[in-house]
Amino acid sequence: MAKEIILKIENLSKQYRLGTVGTGTISHDLNRFLSKIRGKEDPYLKIGESNDRAVKGDSEYVWALKDISFEVRKGEVLGIVGKNGAGKSTLLKILSKVTGPTTGSIKSRGRIASLLEVGTGFHPEMTGKENVFLNGAILGMTKKEIGLKLDEIVEFSGCTRYIDTPVKRYSSGMKVRLAFAVAAFLEPDILVVDEVLAVGDAEFQKKAIGKMKDISNVGGRTVLFVSHNMASVKSLCDRAIVLENGSVSLDANVDVAISYYLGKNAGKQQFKSGKYENEVFKLNTLEVVSSTNKDKLVEDDDLTLITNLDLKNVKEDTYHITYHLSNELGETMFSFSSSNYLNLVQGENIVKCHFPKLFFQSGQYFLSFFLIKNRSKAVFIEKDIAMFNIIDRKRELGTYMGKEPGYIRPQFKWE
Amino acid sequence: MKEDKWLFEITPKNNLLDFNFKEIWSYRDLLFLFVKRDVITLYKQTILGPLWYLIQPLFTSIIFTLVFNTIAGIETGSIPPFLFNLAGVTIWNYFKECLTATSDTFKKNEAIFGKVYFPRVIMPISIVISNLLKFGIQIFIFICFYAYYYFNGYNITPNKYILFFPVLIIAMGMIGLGLGMIISSMVTKYRDLTFLVAFGVQLLMYLSAVMYPLDLMRDKLSDGYGGADYSWIVDYNPIAHLIEFGRFILLNDGNYSAFGIMYTSVFTLFVFFLGLLIFNKTEKTFIDTI
Repeated sequence: MAKEIILKIENLSKQYRLGTVGTGTISHDLNRFLSKIRGKEDPYLKIGESNDRAVKGDSEYVWALKDISFEVRKGEVLGIVGKNGAGKSTLLKILSKVTGPTTGSIKSRGRIASLLEVGTGFHPEMTGKENVFLNGAILGMTKKEIGLKLDEIVEFSGCTRYIDTPVKRYSSGMKVRLAFAVAAFLEPDILVVDEVLAVGDAEFQKKAIGKMKDISNVGGRTVLFVSHNMASVKSLCDRAIVLENGSVSLDANVDVAISYYLGKNAGKQQFKSGKYENEVFKLNTLEVVSSTNKDKLVEDDDLTLITNLDLKNVKEDTYHITYHLSNELGETMFSFSSSNYLNLVQGENIVKCHFPKLFFQSGQYFLSFFLIKNRSKAVFIEKDIAMFNIIDRKRELGTYMGKEPGYIRPQFKWE
Repeated sequence: MKEDKWLFEITPKNNLLDFNFKEIWSYRDLLFLFVKRDVITLYKQTILGPLWYLIQPLFTSIIFTLVFNTIAGIETGSIPPFLFNLAGVTIWNYFKECLTATSDTFKKNEAIFGKVYFPRVIMPISIVISNLLKFGIQIFIFICFYAYYYFNGYNITPNKYILFFPVLIIAMGMIGLGLGMIISSMVTKYRDLTFLVAFGVQLLMYLSAVMYPLDLMRDKLSDGYGGADYSWIVDYNPIAHLIEFGRFILLNDGNYSAFGIMYTSVFTLFVFFLGLLIFNKTEKTFIDTI
């Protein structure tokens, strides 16, 4: 058994009512109240659907979180990942006591401080120093604690010169720096951090991530970190949980969790099932493989697209494969074809196409398959036949953690 | 495993009387800093800023004197009508400020409340305390006029009950805070109340003996329209009692009844604790409904 469990979440659920709060509200409230005084259960707790935002539901009530249970050990850095609307923010809000759960409980052995936003309660008319005190107190520090750390906080923020100037004169970057400095000197046992790192430049991100590493490594404190940014989750966390439609779908080592999250099926790729066959050909398999990793595709791996197909009746004709590659938005980015390189032969063909390393940005890609006859006519077309995910490599601390724009990253020659 | 040694637990709140006074006390520095923020920013707005707190009661009192005393002919005995009205307006203003400022606590602080936890009740309490500053400015003006009239030969002296003045102000604050907390809790779901507060407070002033003696109003109401007795309107209005009592101790004029004091004390405590109760129940989940 490793370190002691500091935070225990048991069957945590949160129900929300959809739609607007209007005239229906009062009748539901009355109904609730009536069943309460008759000693019955809340009638609206029994209904409710899982929170899949894309599907239109029948019920007005949804479960933003449904029976979440997990444990966190002391000193652990736990990442929480999930799509928009998976329940990450709701979980954080409950953890930081901004809102209460509908059922279930959270048990904690330590003080929780949450950083859902930096600079909460900053007042533009007050000076930097006054705001440090106010913001610190809002985050749960006493005046004495802040007073003792004031010099360090100001130093860390790098705003020494402006500290007696009203915050409204600060640049937005300075505001964030000052606010993060206050938060960095909080000394809770458990720190809950939302995507506050999304703002700021690389230097600030380095500082912020470095500080959080310190908090867990040196201070032995526990951090719960929520982010969409897989690169920073990977650099910071040991373990991660994946939330999907309000439930924990995976609780595992960070690498496994991230590739699961990105690719769902063990993180790699999906081949649209179905029979791809007609009178001239039969497609057996189609996959993207990495030279270095078995179960994932990392951006700096050598990747190979392998197509295995049988041609039944070639005769005098020539056959080629063409692929269209599109991004997760469904936009076709380019097409590539075997036509200038090789002709398919009668019987089984194993065709390999090599992508150079660092060609793709991390992300999700779709392939559409075309079988071309005599360089003129597509005899078979299947849209989005396969999907694959490219994940970030581990980056150095201090380098840019965000996603680079665009989808491909050609390796041009520089001099 | 040490399963039982948890520092705290977050569960759905069901217990109505689940107050954590220890926690509120541990956030006293925050209370102080909120008050400080309000005080600082009050002055930082403009140079004329604090002056508005003088102009408003002065002009209100002048208009009241004109309408109620000069035109309607309400008698205020040996007390100069202007001073009479100023006393009423000053005390009333503290109540009004407390009520209106606390009644949108949740709505106004949604941004902070949605991001970080601290005992929410700190916010309305800080408002009531920082309103004391505005009240202080207004009472200062009142004292100036008091002195002016005194040295011009008017027979005005404070009553020996003047020692109870702070109690009176605390009671005013508690009623304002209590009602404000109740309203702010309900506003999170039903916005209708915002409109009610806006004009309800205005109307309440006319029923609260601000610009006339309580006795006079009671007399007139007891054989009111159609011979019916409407005197309950003032008899059961704690604000009217408080204002009348305030004038009694400041100007030694008017009356107070044991019933009035008893009733008002009970009402104050009731409203205050009811407010705390409702506020406490709302604070855990208001962010979902607001």
